[in-house]
Amino acid sequence: MFNLAIGLGVVLLLAILFLIFRISSLISVAKGNTNKIATSSNKINGALFMLFLIGGGFLFFWYSIKEFDNYNLPVASEHGSEYEFMFWITMAVTGVVFVLTQILLFYFSWKYQYKEDSKALFYPENNKLEVVWTFVPAVVLAILVFTGWRVWTDITAPAPENTNNIEIMGYQFAWGVRYPGLDGELGNSDYREIDATNNFGIDFNDKAAYDDFIPREMHIPKGEPVTFNIRARDVLHSVFAPHFRLKMDAVPGMPTTFTFTATKTTEEMREELNDPEFNYEIACTEICGRGHYSMKLTLIVDEPKEYREWYAEQESFLKRNPEYLTKVPNDLKEVALLKTGIDNKELD
Amino acid sequence: MSTAAEVNIDQDVHHDEHHDYEQSFISKYIFTTDHKMIGKQFLITGIMWGLIGVGMSVIFRLQLGFPEMDLGWLRPLLGGWISEQGKLDPEFYLALVTMHGTIMVFFVLTAGLSGTFSNYLIPLQIGARDMASGFMNMLSYWFFFLSSVVMMASIFIETGPAAGGWVVYPPLSALPQAIQGSGLGMTLWLVAMVFFIVSMLLGGINYITTVINLRTEGMSFSRLPLTIWAFFLTAVIGLLSFPVLFAAALLLVFDRSFGTSFYLSDIYIGGEALPNMGGSPILYQHLFWFLGHPEVYIVLLPALGITSEVIATNSRKPIFGYKAMIGSMLGITVLSFVVWAHHMFVSGLNPFLGSVFMFLTLIIAIPSAVKVFNYLTTLWKGNIIFTPATLFSIGLVSFFISGGLTGIFLGNSVIDIQLHDTYFVVAHFHLVMGSLSIFGLLAGVYHWFPKMFGRMMDEKLGHIHFWMTFIGVYMIFFPMHYIGIAGFPRRYYSWTNFDAFSSYTDLNMFVSVAAFVTVAAQFIFLFNFFYSMYRGKRAPQNPWRSNTLEWTAPIEPGHGNWPGEIPKVYRWPYDYSKPGAKEDFIPQHIPLSHTPESNLDHEVELAKKEVVDKTANAQSNA
Ligand code: HEM
Ligand SMILES: [Cu+2]
Ligand SMILES: [Cu+2]
Repeated sequence: MFNLAIGLGVVLLLAILFLIFRISSLISVAKGNTNKIATSSNKINGALFMLFLIGGGFLFFWYSIKEFDNYNLPVASEHGSEYEFMFWITMAVTGVVFVLTQILLFYFSWKYQYKEDSKALFYPENNKLEVVWTFVPAVVLAILVFTGWRVWTDITAPAPENTNNIEIMGYQFAWGVRYPGLDGELGNSDYREIDATNNFGIDFNDKAAYDDFIPREMHIPKGEPVTFNIRARDVLHSVFAPHFRLKMDAVPGMPTTFTFTATKTTEEMREELNDPEFNYEIACTEICGRGHYSMKLTLIVDEPKEYREWYAEQESFLKRNPEYLTKVPNDLKEVALLKTGIDNKELD
Repeated sequence: MSTAAEVNIDQDVHHDEHHDYEQSFISKYIFTTDHKMIGKQFLITGIMWGLIGVGMSVIFRLQLGFPEMDLGWLRPLLGGWISEQGKLDPEFYLALVTMHGTIMVFFVLTAGLSGTFSNYLIPLQIGARDMASGFMNMLSYWFFFLSSVVMMASIFIETGPAAGGWVVYPPLSALPQAIQGSGLGMTLWLVAMVFFIVSMLLGGINYITTVINLRTEGMSFSRLPLTIWAFFLTAVIGLLSFPVLFAAALLLVFDRSFGTSFYLSDIYIGGEALPNMGGSPILYQHLFWFLGHPEVYIVLLPALGITSEVIATNSRKPIFGYKAMIGSMLGITVLSFVVWAHHMFVSGLNPFLGSVFMFLTLIIAIPSAVKVFNYLTTLWKGNIIFTPATLFSIGLVSFFISGGLTGIFLGNSVIDIQLHDTYFVVAHFHLVMGSLSIFGLLAGVYHWFPKMFGRMMDEKLGHIHFWMTFIGVYMIFFPMHYIGIAGFPRRYYSWTNFDAFSSYTDLNMFVSVAAFVTVAAQFIFLFNFFYSMYRGKRAPQNPWRSNTLEWTAPIEPGHGNWPGEIPKVYRWPYDYSKPGAKEDFIPQHIPLSHTPESNLDHEVELAKKEVVDKTANAQSNA
C-alpha cells in the first residue's frame, strides 16, 4: 500500500515536471527565443559560475579549517613527520594552483560570456607563454620530486643492525604476529608446514625458530627501530598503520619489510588525545575477501623497559605446543629444549 | 581489409544514384557497417551500462552512508544477497564495487566514449565516406555486445560476479576458495574481457587506418581538429596496451584452470597447501597496470579532445596553442607507458624503481598542466555561449584541475605510502577519470546530438542537468579527500570495526545523499535524450556555427556522408572571430582565396597557390 502511494507520487511528480517542461518550451518558441545565438539563460549560467566559485570556495576553506584535527591523524613515527612535511608542502603548492586556476576558470567564464556587440579576441598562440607554463611547473615538480626522493630513500633504507624484527602475517581474515624470541632471529617458515596450530608454518629444522613466540597482543618499543617482516599466507593483504604513516603489501611468496621508529607510546597518545580508550590499529588495505573490512590488529607501543619485560615473559611456541617437538630433528632436540626453556622433567 | 571502404570510394562518383537504395531493418540498424549507426549503437549500449554501473553505486552508497538501514526492500532485486536481517552481504558488496569499476572504466568510458565518438566523428570530421573497414567496425561493436552479454550474465549467477576489485589481482581472483566471486563469475569476467579487448583492437586499428589514409584533400595532420588527434592517439595507446592485458588475462586463465603458477606461490588456503610455487602476484600487477595506467588516458584523451572542440567553438575563439595541445597529447601518449608502477609503490616493489616511477609520473603532470593553461587562455577574452556542451566542458576543466592536482600527491611515493588504497584515491580518480570523462561524454552528446539525430536537445533541461550534476559530483567526491586523508581504506564494507575510522558517519551520509540526487538528475538527461530524438526541435545545418566538416554534411547524413563530392579542406578548424572576417567563423572548407579580407600574412601566400574546385565555390556561395 505504502509502496503504491510512493509510486503514484513519483508518477504525479514526473507528470507535473513534464508539463512544466512542455509549457516552458512552448513559451520560448512563442517568445522567438529560439533564433537567438545565446538565450537569456546565458547570463544566468555565467552568474551561477561565479556563485559556485564563491560558495564552493567558502565551503572548501570553512570545512578544511573546521575539521583539521579530525582528518589529520596525529603522527607517531619518526618518518611520519617527514611524511607530514612532504604532504603539507605538496598541499601548499597544489593548493595555491588549485585556488588560482579555479578562480581563473570561473571568472573567465563569467566575465567573457556572450555579448551581442562584442567579439572574441583572435589569439591562436603565444610561444613565450607556452614555454613559461611548461617550464614553471617543471621546476616546481622537480623540487617536489627531489624532496620526495630524499624522504623516500630515507624511509626505504635498509634496516639498521639493531632493529627489532617482528613478523606480521596476513591471512583470511586476521593478522598473526611472531617474535624472534631471545635469540633475536626469526626462524624459517614453510607454508607446507602450516596446520591448525602451527599457523605460521614454522620450520622446526631451523634452530632460530625454537624460541620464536606468537603472542596474543602485539607490542613494540618506543624510540627503537622496528622492522615489520610482512608476508601473506593465502591472498594479498596490506599492512596499514595510519598513525605511523606505514603501509606495505603482504604478498604470498614474496616477503616484504617496513622499518620505522615509533615516537609515542600508547599511554602518551592516550594523554595527548585525551582519550583513555585510544589504541593504535593496523588495518588491511588490499582487498582480500569477505572479511577485508574487519582485519584489525591492535598494536601497543611501550617504553623500551616495559617492552623488554613483556618480551621476557612470553613463552615460545614450542613451549606452549610441545607436541611439535617431534618435528624437531633428533640432533637438534637438545638445542630446542634449551632454547624454548622447556624442562626435561616437564616433558615426562 | 578495406573492401567496404573501396566500395564506398568507388561509389564517390555515382553516389547520388545509390543514395536512396532501400536497406533492410537488419542491415540498417543491427548488422550495420555505417560508422554513424555503429557510433550510435556504442552510445546507447554505453548509456545502458552507465545506468547499471551508477545503479550499483547507489546500492553501495546506501550501505556506506546508512550502514544501519534495513535493505530488505532490495530483496526482490538482489535475492539472497540481502540477509535475513536486511543486511547487504559483504562479499556481494565487493562484487558490486568490482562490477561498478569494471563497467564504468571499460564498458562506459572506453567503449561508450571512444566507441561512440571515434566512430561517429572520425569519418565526418576528416571528410571520409566511412571507416577504412566497415566490416571490422561492425565486428568491433558485436564483439563488444558479446562481451556485454557475458559480463551481464555473470551478474546473475548464483555465486555472483567477480569480486576481487576491478583490477582482479591474483591470488584472490585465482582462487575460488578465497571468495565466491572468483569461481564462475571470474571466469565470465575473463571471457568478457577477452571479447572486449578484441573489440577494442578491431576498433582501434580501424580508427588509426582511417585517420592516416582517408583524410580528404587538404586535411593534413596539422589541420586535423583536436578531437581527431585525441581519438587517434587514444587508439594508438589502446593498440599498444590492450594486448598486454590480454596476456595478463591469459596467464590468469592458465593459473585458474590449468594448474600453472605464473602468479601463485606459497599458498595455504581452506586448510590445504596448494602445490603452486615460484609464481609472483607482482608480475600480474606489472602486466595489469601496463594497460591499467594507459587505460586512464584512453578514457581521458577523447574527453579532452571533445572539450577542445566545444570550448573553441563556443567561446568563438581558436583553441589556444593548437600545436602545444597536440604536443602535450603526444607527450601524454608516450609517457603514459612508463608510469605504470606508481600504482605499486607499496606492493613490495624495489624502492629504487619506486623513485624512478615517481620521477616519470610527475613529468606527466607537465603536459597536463599545459593543457589546462591552454583551456584557460582559450576562454580568456572569448565570447562564450553557454550551451549545455560548453557548461560540461568548463566543468570538465574544473575536474581536470581538482583531480589532476591530487595526482601530484599520489605520484609522490612518500605520500602514497599513507594515501594508497584509501578514499583519497577514490576521490582522485573519480574526479580526474570518472567525472571528467563522463562530462566529456555528455558534452559530446549535447554537442553532436543535432548531427546524430537531426534534432536539438532541450537547452534548459541541459542546463539544469549540468548544474545538478556538476554540484553533485563535487559534493560526492570532494568530501572523500578528507576521509581519505584520515586514512579510511577503500573497498570497505563498513568502517566501524576500527576506532580510527569510526568518525565521519555524517559526512558519509551526506555523500550518499548527494550521490542519490546526482543520480536522479541523470534521468533529466535520459528524458531529454530520448524525447528530443523524436520530438526535439529540428536542427539547423550548423547549429553551433562551427568550423569542422561534419556540419557541411546533410543534416541527417546518409550512407557515405556527403551526397556529392567530399568537401576539400583549405584551413585549420579554428578560424573563429578572425579579424576582418564577416562572420565570427570560417569553416574548414572555405578556400583562403575566398576570404582575402581576413587572411593572415602567411595565408596570403597560400591563397595564391590554392587550387579551388567548383564544389567549394558552390558551398561558400550558398
Ligand atoms: C554517481 C556516481 C558514482 C558514485 C557515487 C561512485 C562511488 C564509488 C565509490 C564509493 C567507490 C568505492 C567503493 C569502495 O571502495 O568500497 C567507487 C569505486 C570505483 N568507481 Fe565509482 N562512483 C561513481 C561513478 C563512477 C564513474 C563515472 C567511474 C568511471 C571511471 C567510476 C569508477 C570507479 C572505479 C574504477 C572504482 C574502483 C573499483 C574498485 O575498487 O575495484 N565510478 N565508486
Ligand atoms: Cu584485506
Ligand atoms: Cu596510473
